[in-house]
This record gives sequence, C-alpha cells and structure tokens, in this order.
Amino acid sequence: MIEAIFNYEFLQNAFLSGIIIGIIAPLLGLFIVVRRLALIADALSHVALAGIAGSLYLSQQVLFLSALNPIYLGMAAAVGGSLLIERLRGAYRHFEELAIPIILSAGIGVGAIFISLAKGFGTDLVGYLFGSVSAVSRQDLGIVAFIALCVIGFVYFFYKELFALSFDREYAKVSGVQGKLIQTIFMIIVALVIGASMRIVGILLVSSLMTLPVAAAIQLAKSFKGAMLYSIAIGELSVLIGLVSAYYLDIAPGGTIVITSVIILLLVLLFKKTWQKMVRTKGEADVV
Amino acid sequence: MKNTIIECKDVSFTYDHTDVLEHISLEVKEGEFWALIGPNGSGKSTLIKLILGLIKPSSGSIKLFGEEMSSFRQRERIGYVSQKSNAFNSGFPATVLEVVRSGLTRKTGLFKRFTKRDDQQAMEALKIVKMDPYHSRPIGELSGGQQQRVFIARALVGKPDLLIMDEPTVGIDQQNIASFYSMLQTLNREHGIAILLVTHEIDIVTDLASHVACLNRTIHFHGVQSDYKKMDDIDISNWYGHPVRRVHQSDREAER
Ligand SMILES: Nc1ncnc2c1ncn2[C@@H]1O[C@H](COP(=O)(O)OP(=O)(O)OP(=O)(O)O)[C@@H](O)[C@H]1O
Ligand SMILES: [Mg+2]
Repeated sequence: MIEAIFNYEFLQNAFLSGIIIGIIAPLLGLFIVVRRLALIADALSHVALAGIAGSLYLSQQVLFLSALNPIYLGMAAAVGGSLLIERLRGAYRHFEELAIPIILSAGIGVGAIFISLAKGFGTDLVGYLFGSVSAVSRQDLGIVAFIALCVIGFVYFFYKELFALSFDREYAKVSGVQGKLIQTIFMIIVALVIGASMRIVGILLVSSLMTLPVAAAIQLAKSFKGAMLYSIAIGELSVLIGLVSAYYLDIAPGGTIVITSVIILLLVLLFKKTWQKMVRTKGEADVV
Repeated sequence: MKNTIIECKDVSFTYDHTDVLEHISLEVKEGEFWALIGPNGSGKSTLIKLILGLIKPSSGSIKLFGEEMSSFRQRERIGYVSQKSNAFNSGFPATVLEVVRSGLTRKTGLFKRFTKRDDQQAMEALKIVKMDPYHSRPIGELSGGQQQRVFIARALVGKPDLLIMDEPTVGIDQQNIASFYSMLQTLNREHGIAILLVTHEIDIVTDLASHVACLNRTIHFHGVQSDYKKMDDIDISNWYGHPVRRVHQSDREAER
C-alpha cells in the first residue's frame, strides 16, 4: 500500500484530497449540526448533482466543453443553491426548514433530467455519486487544497462570530455581529466544501461525512473546541480507514468511509458512559 | 446634564394588524434604573425588542446613546438578557466559559481571537453571578436557573453602559433572586450602569429601581419611584386590568 502510494500519482491525489476533506468537511459540519441544519448539506449536494449531470451532458453535446472539469459546474450549482436557500429561509420565516426540501427536490429533478437526456453516463456518474479512488486528478487535488485554505481561514478568523451566531442568533444580532454577511459567506463555503468532497466520498454521501463525525463528537465533547477537535479526528479516521479498505476491496470509497464513520458513531454511543467516567475522574483530579 | 441613553419618541408597533404598542415615549438617562412592569401580553418584550433594534417600529423613532437606531454601531455598550434565553439547543457542545466569553465577540473585534484576558473577564463575570466553579461544565448540563445566571454573566462580561433584561430572574430561587437584585443595585449605584428591567416582581423591584414605567399597550405611568408609590392600588389595578395589591417593604417586614 505505502509503496503503491509512492508509485501511483492517482493514489497520492486520492489520499491527499481525502486527508484534507477529512478535516474540512466535519469542521464545517459542526457549525451545521449544532444549528440543526444537517439537511442543508444534503440539499446542496443534490444541487451539485444537477450541476455535475449538466456538465457531463454538455461535455457530451458541445465539443469544446468536453474537457471541462464537472466539479466547476457542480460547485457553481451548489453555491447558487446555497444562496437560494438563504433567500427562501427569509421568505418562509416560520418554516425555515421548508427551504431545504424545496432545493433538494429541485436539485434531484434537474439532475434526473440531464441524466436521462444523456441516456446515462455509466462509470463517470457512478464515480461522482459514490466517490472514487482512481478518478481524482491533480487538478481536483489543487481545487480541494485551495478550498481547504478558504475554509480554514474563514473558520480561524470568524471563529468568535460563528460561535456566537450558532449558539444564539438573537443575542449575536443584539451585540452587533454581522450575521447576514457571515451567514452568506458560510453558506457559500459549505457549497464549496461539498463540491470539493464529492470526488472522494461522492455526492450522495458528502453530507454524511459532514454530519456523522460531528454526531459522534458531540457525544464525547464538553466544549465547543473539543467538539471541533473530536469531529476532525473522527472524520480523518473514517476517511483513512475508508480509503484504504476501498483500495483493497476495489470498491467506491464513499461507502467505506461513511460506513466507517457509522461504526465509529455506534462505538462511541456504546462506550460513552465508560469514556465519560474516565474523563470525569481525570478532570476532577486536574481541578483538585 | 445627564445624557439620554434610550429615547423612544411616539413609538407604535403592529403585529399583523393588531396594535401591540401605541404612542410610546420614554427616556432613560445615564445612571437610571428603570423597572418596566405590566401584565402578560402588555407589550413589554416587544418594546425591549424595538429598543434593541431586533424589530422596527411601525411609526415613531428610537435613539440609543443619542444616535438614530439605523446608524447606531456601539452595540458593545449594551448587555442583554432575553426572556427566552434558555430556549437554546440543550445539546449544544459548549462550556459555560465559552458561552460567557461569546459576550465579548464584538468588543474583541473582527478578525481577532480571544485572549487570556478575555477568559479572565469571563471568569470575573461568572464570579458576579457565583457561577465561576462551573466554568468548564457543558452549558446544557446546568439547571434552568443556573443557565439563566450564566446568561446574565454573558450580558455583564463586556462591562456595558446599559443593561436590558427581560424577566431575568425566571427560574432563579428566592435566595439567589435577592443576591441578584443586590448585585444589580451595586452595578447601578457603584458602576453607574443604566438598567432597564422587565419584571413581574413588582414589589421587590420598585424598592430598588429609581424609575418605574407601567405598560399596557400604552405607557400608563412613567416617572420616579416615589411618585409611583404615591399612586394608590386602585389606579394601578385599572391599568393592570385586574386587582393588584402592592406589598410594601414595611408590610413585608411586619409579616416576618
Ligand atoms: N411574533 C408575534 N406575532 C404576533 N403577535 C405577537 C408576536 N409576539 C408577541 N405578539 C403579541 O404582542 C403582544 C405583546 O407581546 P409581548 O411578548 O410583548 O408581551 P409581554 O408584555 O412581554 O408579556 P409577558 O409578560 O407574557 O412576557 C401580545 O398580545 C402577543 O400576542
Ligand atoms: Mg415578555
């Protein structure tokens, strides 16, 4: 395995992108989950599907578009979808969550139309739906790295504001936090992360990588910082185990990554009590 | 001359065709301690939200620290405890210290990160409400009253010039209510913080407050505490909508 990584560029691309995604997807996922907006990631990934399918269809039909990386249109669609969700959330003030199924259905609808127009895309599309170890190009890796820089910079510089807005939106507003602006940037960044992650975990499973590690982390963490670190650690672990087993079993990594994180979540739920006892007694010893 | 901190001029507010507030004019000046009282549904929380800029008046104007609401930027000068502050997601992974520190978000400034000093200030604010031993506990694992005290600390941490509190003592036990009010009095008298307090504990608070405003869609009375006490119970019952008997400090002592 290690040898193969040194020898094959495609494996390097897959592992490096995987490692990066294992950090940024759960990192943003934490802010989504604590605000009970876990479904937003689902909605946006289905909008990304529409973009990907559209791009694949166009590259079949229009000659000079055949070399276009579908990731771009996928991301553009997700960003558009994220802005639309924000709009709709404003319009349905008392049914904020209604915006999510509206966008989700629209995404699947458009995606389905393009897929049937193209009479299916075969393996290409399967790679986008469930991820792929072999299909990650250097260009894809470059995009992922660039997006990771944006995400980490954003969370680093707006940590206080993001925390305040997530914990108590009304209080944040009263205390003068620029809620609208930060929320809009946040949604765009979520869309970008979904775009970045879909090469590895696939459109259908992106949202799981954003939410499952967080679900396990908040069982263990006492602080927000702790939840953040646990989320990233669990996300990273899932990606690594998932990629390695996908490589050996020769199957799509999306499935193995997500199943790994499901198993971690179940283990955490099982062993939570014992774990907490350990941390508690240790913590009390620290205080004394 | 004392500066005016809150100035409501002929403010009205309508929620989907029902008039909730009509022609409210009110001035709160530096160093004053106002109690805002009135029955359920009289519009107290609505007035507070208008003053905080969370909602916009249908007509009239509101100034904060001499500035028009739309151009008011010095939000770090206001501390706020809402009526529903513990309606947050109780599974939220955050420690008491993290929650209190979030009250410094604005003061610390954009692009900057919290420092050790910010943590110390948060600890001091927690000491005021006697919650400092709980600083590393997850907020969701505290009792309702303890959470409320943490939110009071969050309002105090930025050392505001104006404290606005909407029924902050809900869920807090008698003994802690007494110490909370004496804390408010200290903040007001020794630190000169102006306070606007919504409460149903009419008797206790009117002894502490320097001014009283009685609200029931319109302002029925506003003025200094001594004038309020001169009103008789019948007048008060009239605007309150049901009979009210105020218990005065002397009566309460007699009861003991
Ligand atoms: N979001 C809303 N939409 C429509 N009407 C509302 C809304 N919020 C409050 N109201 C109405 O406005 C009126 C004033 O409500 P408000 O919450 O200001 O009362 P309050 O004086 O704070 O009462 P309480 O003592 O129960 O806290 C009530 O009649 C209420 O029904
Ligand atoms: Mg109220």
